[in-house]
Amino acid sequence: MGKQIITLTVNGEKHEVAAEPRELLVHTLRETLNLRGPHVGCETSHCGACTVDIDGKSVKSCTMFAAQADGAEITTIEGIATPDGMHVLQEMFREHHGLQCGYCTPGMITRAYRLLQENPNPTEEEVRFGIAGNLCRCTGYQNIVKAILAAAAEMNAAREAAQ
Amino acid sequence: MIPSEFEYHRPGSIAAALAVLEEHGDDARVMAGGHSLIPMMKLRMADVPHLIDLQSIDELKGISVEGGKVTIGAMTTQHELITNDALAAAAPIMREAALLIADPQVRYMGTIGGNVANGDPGNDMPGLMQCLDATFSLHGPDGTREVQARDFYEAAYMTDREDDEILTRISFAAPKGGQAYEKQKRKIGDYATAAAAVIIEKASGKVASASIAMTNLSDTPVFSEAAGSALVGSDCGSDAMSNAVSAMLGDIDPTEDNRGPVEFKKHVAGVILRRAIERAWSRA
Ligand SMILES: Cc1cc2nc3c(=O)[nH]c(=O)nc-3n(C[C@H](O)[C@H](O)[C@H](O)COP(=O)(O)OP(=O)(O)OC[C@H]3O[C@@H](n4cnc5c(N)ncnc54)[C@H](O)[C@@H]3O)c2cc1C
Ligand code: FES
Ligand code: FES
Repeated sequence: MGKQIITLTVNGEKHEVAAEPRELLVHTLRETLNLRGPHVGCETSHCGACTVDIDGKSVKSCTMFAAQADGAEITTIEGIATPDGMHVLQEMFREHHGLQCGYCTPGMITRAYRLLQENPNPTEEEVRFGIAGNLCRCTGYQNIVKAILAAAAEMNAAREAAQ
Repeated sequence: MIPSEFEYHRPGSIAAALAVLEEHGDDARVMAGGHSLIPMMKLRMADVPHLIDLQSIDELKGISVEGGKVTIGAMTTQHELITNDALAAAAPIMREAALLIADPQVRYMGTIGGNVANGDPGNDMPGLMQCLDATFSLHGPDGTREVQARDFYEAAYMTDREDDEILTRISFAAPKGGQAYEKQKRKIGDYATAAAAVIIEKASGKVASASIAMTNLSDTPVFSEAAGSALVGSDCGSDAMSNAVSAMLGDIDPTEDNRGPVEFKKHVAGVILRRAIERAWSRA
């Protein structure tokens, strides 16, 4: 069963790529499109290191075939930063020590990005529940939660200032 | 972990999906969110030469609550179950249970249809559907038929659904009374060590009716009619509760696995059922 051509809009840019139906999206992103942000931590749908945003949903890209994403809009960690520099979430992860080895970080931030889109003002508990699909073996999560809460506050302040 | 080769189909209607199923017979299988099927394909425990992705079939989507009847399209995701306010008003137990399934990423993809059709005793929706006395609609080459959730499950991964049938929707009467879903798991995102779905109706301070179903304590979900009957007519006090727990323990048949030995599972099943009854009663 040969490759088929699929269309993916990744970080705003449209790509036509050839992929075998059984190719997992994370491999298409990493190996064909050279986006190494989505990490492969477990390959068993548990760790969330491979999380990307697909049509407004946080998805474990190791548990989706590239063919399923044909026609979809995808955002990876590479697309989260703005032309002016890092995204507030990235800034806050740095400021609050939300990472150590950094392996889980692209998935954490991509997930936190969607969480804050859906719930701009989460409580600490809601943050913990909202990132329950992302494992971190280094930080103990405290600083990740702090970073996300700080980013929410900053984003809300910026929104208010803009109004 | 890469599955073996397959051909990918993405039909746009139920009829077109059935046509692919008919053409390829046993070699074809439908996929909903893929969050049970893809892991099985990666482990090569499932071999699917023709994979039929249902994502583009609009007829399989959507939630409606009308005249006390709830109808949910098979392709409705667990995330959509959680965020639908009409559903939460009509059957709050749906949101309560869906929030205890897996993790956020899995819930964006995993569907109610996949969860109930899968036949894994660890899935949470089948027991809940039995508690709600839901009806499953199946479309096959000979048209549509309906099966009660309480009659659907035969053994682990074996259901009343024929291989050439697609589950299209699930419906149930909006439940009256207090509802609770309780689940014990080893960690967030885990399948249940034991879970209980309970609905209790109250009249003049007594239990008027009670529906109880248990999850991951047998090779199928367990609707325990005896446990429900043990509560009826009582004040839901500690004697009635003990009777319900004993009746439930007579209906389950847990096996030892990495979630613990049989005695432990029975113990947890009792604790979880008590909690669920207490909470449902407090809401009745
Ligand atoms: C990390 C992790 C944790 C999880 N934890 C839980 C949990 O705690 N509780 C729980 O209940 N589940 C859990 N799950 C399973 C998850 O909820 C699945 O998404 C769900 O079981 C299946 O839904 P799906 O849409 O992904 O179905 P798929 O994986 O696409 O399909 C599952 C099976 O159902 C069949 N099927 C699907 N749709 C139809 C249809 N419309 N008609 C006929 N057959 C159909 C498929 O052919 C396949 O055999 C977990 C999964 C993961 C990866
Ligand atoms: S690599 Fe996808 S969930 Fe771990
Ligand atoms: S920072 Fe190392 S895994 Fe999270």
